[in-house]
Amino acid sequence: MFRRKSKSSQDIAAQRLRLVLTHDRANISPGMLEVLKDEIIAVISKHLDIDTDHVVVNFTEDARETRLMADIPVNTPRTHRRKASS
Amino acid sequence: MAGTIITVSSGKGGVGKTTTTANLGVGLAKLGYRVVCIDADIGLRNLDVMLGLENRIVYDIVNYIEGRCRLRQALVRDKRFSELFLLPAAQTRDKNAVSIEDMVRVAQEAAELVDFVLIDSPAGIEHGFRYAVSPADLVLVVTNPEVTAVRDADRVIGLLEAEDLAPAKLVINRLKPELVRRNEMLDADTVVDLLAIELIGVVPDVPKILTSSKTGQPVALDERSPAGKAFCNIARRLAGEDVPFEDTQKQSLFQRLFGLH
Repeated sequence: MFRRKSKSSQDIAAQRLRLVLTHDRANISPGMLEVLKDEIIAVISKHLDIDTDHVVVNFTEDARETRLMADIPVNTPRTHRRKASS
Repeated sequence: MAGTIITVSSGKGGVGKTTTTANLGVGLAKLGYRVVCIDADIGLRNLDVMLGLENRIVYDIVNYIEGRCRLRQALVRDKRFSELFLLPAAQTRDKNAVSIEDMVRVAQEAAELVDFVLIDSPAGIEHGFRYAVSPADLVLVVTNPEVTAVRDADRVIGLLEAEDLAPAKLVINRLKPELVRRNEMLDADTVVDLLAIELIGVVPDVPKILTSSKTGQPVALDERSPAGKAFCNIARRLAGEDVPFEDTQKQSLFQRLFGLH
């Protein structure tokens, strides 16, 4: 079997830096982002039936602009049907 | 017309601020410009040693601020270039001896005398950093291709932006082309992409840099050295010349083939 090529230290450094810089710039720790995500889920759930297991909350970066993106799947009759049949 | 005031900063210590200041001073002087290098690291002066001028100091910046001498008297003339000057830091005082207003006034007065004023900022983001960047028309942020140095550079860039200080340009120092080629060091493109500011130069890491701090002969004196060439090219870009970026990969291959450094 082929062994999967391990990630270079260059890639690891770039990846870690990207994450650290995002949190530094937005002034929020990764732990606080999780707390924020839970609170967003709680608020939205009061009004909408959402798929809480598949909520994604993270930052996107464009040059030196940071954006908080929340991707929240909403449960509709169709998704319920699909889930029931699977 | 008053000269341009350029502050060399970094956040993190030990990335090569003083080396960069000394070499850009030499690089600009070689191009025929009149330059004053201000050592703003009060209490931890080193620019004098980098330039090989430690034995010529009579007065320092704090003596001038306190009215004990004239600016001309505090300026140390370089041994090699008659139009390159050092304004030394005080060694036995601390950063509180200089206010933001003091540094702005000194830098502007120096800019009346020459074409370029280079300010070597202390490490950190406290008072010393603030007075060093306050008079600047341009801030050069020096970083190394390492996670810690890039992170600190990002903080400095963020502070400059948040407080609407001078525009910043990036100097990537100590890039080891050999390690980049083996994917063991961040490459210049990735660092520029992460920090999202304009690049003004990439300086390869060569053993000669270490020798130059010992002998007080900045590497920019010798353009056959890739690091010397890189610093001289940054000086040309500061002077407004459009100089293409050196290919650090190619340079290293050249070095490898001919054993140059």
